[in-house]
Parts: sequence; structure tokens; C-alpha cells
Amino acid sequence: MSLPHSVPVSWFLVLAALLFAIGVAGALTRRNGIGIFLSIELMLNAVNVELVGYSRLLGERTGQVMVLFVMAVAAAEAAVGLGLFIAVYRQRRTIDVNRLNLMRW
Amino acid sequence: MRPLDLLWLVPALPIAGAALNGLICLFWPKAGKSTATLIGVGFPGVSMLVALAAIWQYLHGTNPAPFEQTLWSWTAGTFSIPVAFLLDPLSVVMLFVVTFVGFWIHVYSAGYMSHEAGYRRYFAYLNLFMGAMLLLILGNNFLVMFVGWEGVGLCSYLLIGFYFDQSFPPQAGRKAFIVNRIGDFAFLVGMFALFAKYGTLTYSAIFPKVVSAPEALTAPYALGLTFAGFVALCFFIGAMGKSAQIPLYVWLPDAMAGPTPVSALIHAATMVTAGVYMVVRSNAIYQLAPEIGTFVAIIGAFTAILAASIGLVQNDIKKVLAYSTVSQLGYMFLAAGLGAYTAAVFHLGTHAFFKALLFLGSGSVIHAMGGEQDMRKMGGLRKYMPVTFWTFALGTAAIAGVPGLAGFFSKDEILHNTAATGHWGLFAIGLFTAGLTAFYMVRAVAMTFFGKFRGTHDQEHHLHESPWVMTVPLLVLAIGAVGSGWVGIPELLGGGNTFHHFLSPVIAQFPEHAIEHPEMAASTEWLLLIASVAAGLIGIGYAFKLYGGGEFGGASWAKRFPVVYRLLDHKYWVDEIYDRLIVKPLGALSRFLWKGFDDTIVDGSVRALAWATELSAEGGRLSTTGNVRHYALYFFLGVLGLFWWILRS
Amino acid sequence: METAIFLIFAALALGSAMVVVTHKSPVYATMSLVLTLFSTAVMFVLLGAPFIGALQVLVYAGAIVVLFLFVLMLLNISKEEHQQEGQTVHRWVALLGAGAFIGLVVPLIYRATQSRNAGALTEEFVSIREFARDLFGRYLLQFEIVGLLLLVAVVAATVVARKPPAAPSGVAGADSPISEVEP
Repeated sequence: MSLPHSVPVSWFLVLAALLFAIGVAGALTRRNGIGIFLSIELMLNAVNVELVGYSRLLGERTGQVMVLFVMAVAAAEAAVGLGLFIAVYRQRRTIDVNRLNLMRW
Repeated sequence: MRPLDLLWLVPALPIAGAALNGLICLFWPKAGKSTATLIGVGFPGVSMLVALAAIWQYLHGTNPAPFEQTLWSWTAGTFSIPVAFLLDPLSVVMLFVVTFVGFWIHVYSAGYMSHEAGYRRYFAYLNLFMGAMLLLILGNNFLVMFVGWEGVGLCSYLLIGFYFDQSFPPQAGRKAFIVNRIGDFAFLVGMFALFAKYGTLTYSAIFPKVVSAPEALTAPYALGLTFAGFVALCFFIGAMGKSAQIPLYVWLPDAMAGPTPVSALIHAATMVTAGVYMVVRSNAIYQLAPEIGTFVAIIGAFTAILAASIGLVQNDIKKVLAYSTVSQLGYMFLAAGLGAYTAAVFHLGTHAFFKALLFLGSGSVIHAMGGEQDMRKMGGLRKYMPVTFWTFALGTAAIAGVPGLAGFFSKDEILHNTAATGHWGLFAIGLFTAGLTAFYMVRAVAMTFFGKFRGTHDQEHHLHESPWVMTVPLLVLAIGAVGSGWVGIPELLGGGNTFHHFLSPVIAQFPEHAIEHPEMAASTEWLLLIASVAAGLIGIGYAFKLYGGGEFGGASWAKRFPVVYRLLDHKYWVDEIYDRLIVKPLGALSRFLWKGFDDTIVDGSVRALAWATELSAEGGRLSTTGNVRHYALYFFLGVLGLFWWILRS
Repeated sequence: METAIFLIFAALALGSAMVVVTHKSPVYATMSLVLTLFSTAVMFVLLGAPFIGALQVLVYAGAIVVLFLFVLMLLNISKEEHQQEGQTVHRWVALLGAGAFIGLVVPLIYRATQSRNAGALTEEFVSIREFARDLFGRYLLQFEIVGLLLLVAVVAATVVARKPPAAPSGVAGADSPISEVEP
């Protein structure tokens, strides 16, 4: 099946960049730990889009394979991170990152 | 194994003895004195025996050529200097004097220093000195000589400042070392010049080249001098320091702060003669620079008379002898400067014997007086210490030039050569100084040994002749003071001047510039001889007249010429002038460099650096908020920066 | 028509992303993330990688987000926990930084895409068979390593998150790495 592509690939890439930027802003700005995680997932997702976009641009399937790996890593990271969150919450009863500042000067 | 092959042992043994005693000092401080004595006197003793055997073999060998023994080579890249020893007539003479006189002084020290703390340390230093001095005279190149030169300077410092718990001796040691350093610097410059021209510092390589190609050295070189003149001047400045000539003599009188045997060995018989040895060794160069030679002679003559004049008014017995040494060294340089190299070495040898004898005798006196050195508190000691008195008197007679004794022959040789080369002004100075020498020495003898005892009652009870370990060296040296002149009896008096002929191979012979030995009529020679004897006898007689009865006859002169007396008493204010002109400005400069430069700028910049680091660390600390979001922000900004940097192209 | 699909879902993605990043309640944010993920799955299909799109929905939306929700429910995180936001300066810098990022990347994208154009979508590009060939052929080693990584992650998560042992008998054993932290 062959689709005509009236949408230039660059649009996809720009979309991905925008999504990434939004994710970064969120990761840096949110106080809620879960919120930060969600932003990170958003960033990873944006990267996936970018990868597939370039894969399409260059005609290589390698980008798609990379996306698979990124997803696997994201899953692993989410699991471990959430485990950490649980442990922290048990101790400190909060996941407000502002309050998790024992390594202050 | 022939004794000559063991030549290297001669300097090695004393150095080993020093090391051994030093180690014992460090690790077995409670060890008894007998080991110190055994090592400290034994090692130089064996060294002397080896030296005498080597000399015997050399003199009786079929081959009178100089003997060289190479141990190994110092090499640094392409620069290579052999560590090697040379035995030729000149070094034979020096070797005999140094080992023989040195050994007996070591024996004497065992008695003199027996009650001193630091006994072992003393012998370690003294042995080290012997080793260094032997290196100096046995080396076959200027660098080994220089090593010995510096070594004796170091040991001089160590031994002058031996009583380091008092305040003056260390200062005197420092003064000696620093004044010597000035001379050492000049010596080094001379060596550099020689090396630059010849690529080697070995005597047997340089001097033949000098003789065969003298034009190379008579071309203009630096400071308006020829090459030979430049090197000769540099070397002589080195000799000025080491052998206490004007203007660098000021350290020697202060060096009397050291133990008396040290004064005998180092500041009379050996170390101070190193300058004379150096000049004679380099005679090939000096012969090509007659203007420097004249300069050397003038300095020598003026040093002789200056020091003798100061010695007239000294009341410390050791100070009299110290100035006397400076004066006699002046004689040696007077001779060497005028080309009478053998006369200089002759006087060096005889002087070693009688000056060491006089110093050891004075040590005996001081020992008996319980440490008192002021002659005004002595008197009439000949009753109590006959051996000391007679040997001291013999030494005095020798230095005064009494005919038949050693000093007579050597001094007369010098004066004869001065007149023969036409330097009548210098001759007059030398003649007058001979009179002064006789005068001040007899004055010292009279004040010490004649008349009534002027000291305290306790001191009088303490007076005794010294033990045999001290008197035997006195006797041995007395024999030398009498007999050492007989090797150089001039032809005038029937001798064959053996000494002169013995040393002549060492004197370079230039085909064109032959040394003139102007012939003098025998009558003129006799006249000069009588004149010098007369000067001595006048000095002796007048001194006896003034001091022989035990009164201070010189006081009347002091009253009549108070200005002159003050001038002499204050040693012409030379030390004060040096202090004002040189020492104080140098001290101020050093203080400024220390406080104003080193402390403020160098240390200050380091402190500033530390302060800046601390400041930035304090600032940086504030960024560790513990808040992960902040860290993430820094991270992101860093990534952005990196991104921008990579994309710049 | 393709353009229309793109524009709709792009807008949806961006919008829900904004909600994810700004909403106060984490549950709402998570739900919004699901929406974003769906939209990007559509993007994947449009780009000719339907398999990836399916995977996205299955893995991301189906597993990871569910995991998030589980943890949220487990910890019972209430709204009050997240009332005030952080300091203003920090937010502005972050936003500016994000803007700078866009400013850097977009020109780069345009430069990269000017000289090339995507070729026609081929059957070969889209097919799962070819994808599988790559995954289990050329990239087999990487595949295995990722599997190992997942195993390690599972073990780690289990260890990190379990309850500390009940009896503090002084036996050496910090089961939870953060259990020594004083509250």
C-alpha cells in the first residue's frame, strides 16, 4: 500500500520538537513527583516520534527498531522510578520534590 | 702492590674516618672517647704512612715523571672530568706538609680536646678537612681541586663555629664562609674561562698547550686584560679569599674563635696555603700575565705589612698569631707574584712547621691558663712549662729569621728574589715587615713567658706543663721548624739549593719568555742577607728591651703616637668599613626582598589564589540546594549550551 | 485528507501535552498523557510505522500508564499535596530554556529536510516481517541486552519498593536504600 504524503516530514519533526519542549518545561517546573515522571514519559514519546520521522526521511528501518528499544527502556525506568517513589513516600509521606532536599548544603 | 697505587687511600682514609665517626655520633652517641680517638687519629695516621711510602717510592723510582692515578670519570653528557690524582714535585711537597703536620696536630688534639663535649664531632670534622685538603693538593685537574677547595671551606666553617652554643663562633664561621665565597666565585669564573678555551681542566692537558701556544693567551680577552691575565686575576681573587689577602683577609682573625688545633691546622699550615698552591700550580698562566703577577706581589707585600702592623698591638695570643699568618702569606704571594714560585712554596713549607708549632704552643699555654688567652694576664710561664717555652721560642726564632733556622732560609729567598727582579720598593716593605715580625713575636714571647705572673691566684695554681700527647707534637714540629729550611740552602752559603731544583720541573719553561734570574753580584747578595738578618735581630732586641722585664714597654710608644695606636688597635677600622658599606646595605636589600617581595608578592599571590578558590567554593556551594528540580535545570541548560556549541558550525 | 488527520491529532497531542504538564491533579495528568499517547500513535501510523503505533498503545498506554495509575492509587496522593508551584524565577528560566531549545532545533530540522524528501512509502518499509528481520537479525544482540535490562529493572523495582523487614534487630541489611533516611 502506498500512501501519498502530502504532509511534509518536517511537520512531524517540528511536532516532536514541540512535544519535547513541553515535556522539558514540565519536568523542570512541576513539584509533584508523579508529574515529573509524566513529563519525562512525554519527552521520551516525543523522541520516538522524531526517530520514526527521521527513519521515514532517510528510508531506513533502523529508526523504528531504536524506537522499540526506547520504549523498553522507558518501561524499565518507569518501573524502577515508581518503586523509588513508593519507598520515598513510605519514609517521608510526601513526593513533593521541594521537600526531598536532604542533600542541601 | 706498590705504595703509589695506594695513593687514592691518602684522601680516602680521612674521609672514611670522618664518615665513620659521624655515623657513630648519630647512632651510638654513648660510645666511648677511645673509639673516636682511634678512628680520628688512626685513619690520618695510616694515611700519612701511605703518603710517605708513596713519596719514598716516587723519589727513588727510576722514572721521575709525574705519576697519575685515575679512579673514575665524572660524566654528564659530553662533559667529562676524571677523578684522578697527580704526584709530582709540587704535590709531593704539599703532601708531605699536609699529612705530616696534620697528623701531629691530630695527636695534639686528642689531648687538647679531651675535656670537650663534641670530641667525636671534632674529629669527624677534622678528618673531613684532611680529606678535602688532600683532594685539593692531589687532584690532577682544577675541578677536583675545586671540590677540595670547597670542602676545606666547609670544614673551616664547621670547625670555626665548633662552639656553637656561644654566640660569636657561629658568626665567625659564617663570616669565613661568606668571604671565602667571594673568592670562590672568581675561581669558578676562571675555571669557566679555561674550560671554554681548552675543553678540559686537567693540568697535564692544559699547561703543555699553554706553553706551546702562548699567543693564544696573550691576545686581549676581557676587562682590558689578556686571556692569561683574566684567568690569573680570577684565580688570584679566589686565593685572596682562601689565603686571606687584602681585601678578603678579615675572616681569619675572627676564625680564632675555633679550637686552637684548628687554628693551627687550617689557618696556619694547610687551608690558607691552598691559594699559594693554586697560584704556583698555574704558574704557566701567571708567567704570561706579568702585570697580574706584579699586582699579586703588591697585594702580598701590603698585606704583609698591614697585618704585621696590626699584630703589634694585639693582646690575645692567638690574634697575634693570626695576623702573623696573614702577614707571612703575604710574603708567599709576594714571591709568587714576582715569579719566584719555588721560594713561595719553600716559605709555605717552613711556615707550616713553625706556625703550627706556635699555635700548638699557644694552645698549650691557653690550656694551662684554663682558657685565658689575654697575654696581659700571663707572664713568667717559662718556669711552669719549659717544653712549651723552649719549643715556642724556637718557633719564634724561626719566624723571626734567626740564621740557621727554617724561616731564615725561606724568607731570605723571597727577599732575595724581590730585590733581584728590581722591585726595591717591595723589598723595602718586605724588609721592614721582617723587622716588625720579629718584634711582635718576641713581644708575645716576652709577655707570655717572661717577667712575673700577672694572672689570678687560681690560675697560678692551675699552671702546669701539658701532657705528653700535647708536648710530643710540639717537639716533632720544633725539629721541623729547625730542619725544614736546610733543603733550600742557597748557593751563596754553600748549599746547592736542592729545593729549587727539585721543584723546577713544575715551573713552566717558555722558550721566549724565559724567567729571568738576573745575576747579582755576590757582594750585593751578602749585603741583602745581612740586611734581613739585621732587621730580624733589631726587632728581637728592641722587643726584649721593651717587654723582657715583664713591663709593657710599648705603652710609651702608644702615648707618644695615640692616633697611630688607635688606628692599629682598631685594625684600621676595616671591619667597620665593610660593615657600613657592604654588609648593612646587603642586609637591608635581603630584608626588603624577603618582606616586600617574597612575603608580599610571592606568598601573597598564593594566598590570593587560595582566597579566590575559597570564595568561588562558597559561591558554588549555594547551588547544591538539594532540590532536584534545580539540578535538572542546570542539566538542561548545560545540554542547551552543548547543543548550541555543536550546532554553531 | 491525510493533512486533516495530521492537523487534528497534532493539535490533540499538543493540547493534551499541555494538560499533562500543567494540571494540578496527577490523575488528570495521567489521563491526559493517555490521550497524548494515542495521538502520537496516530502519528506513527501516518509515518508508515503501524507496528510501532500498535506497540505504543499496547506498551505505553496499556502498561506504563496503568502502572502510574496503580502507584497513584496505592499512595493515595491527594490534591492538596501539590497546591503551590515553585518559584517564579525557576519557572521562567525553564520556559525560556524550552523556548531556546525550540529555536535551536527547528532551523536544524528545516535545514535537514530541505535537501531531502521522503520517498514513497513502500510495502517493505511498513511490513512487520521486515521489521522482525531487523530486530532478530541485525540487532539481535541489542535485543537480548534490552531483555536483560528489563529483567534487572524488575528485580530492582521489587527490591526497592518492598516493605522493610519488621524486626529491626540490628542485622546488617538495608533492604530499602532509603530506609536510613531520617524523616
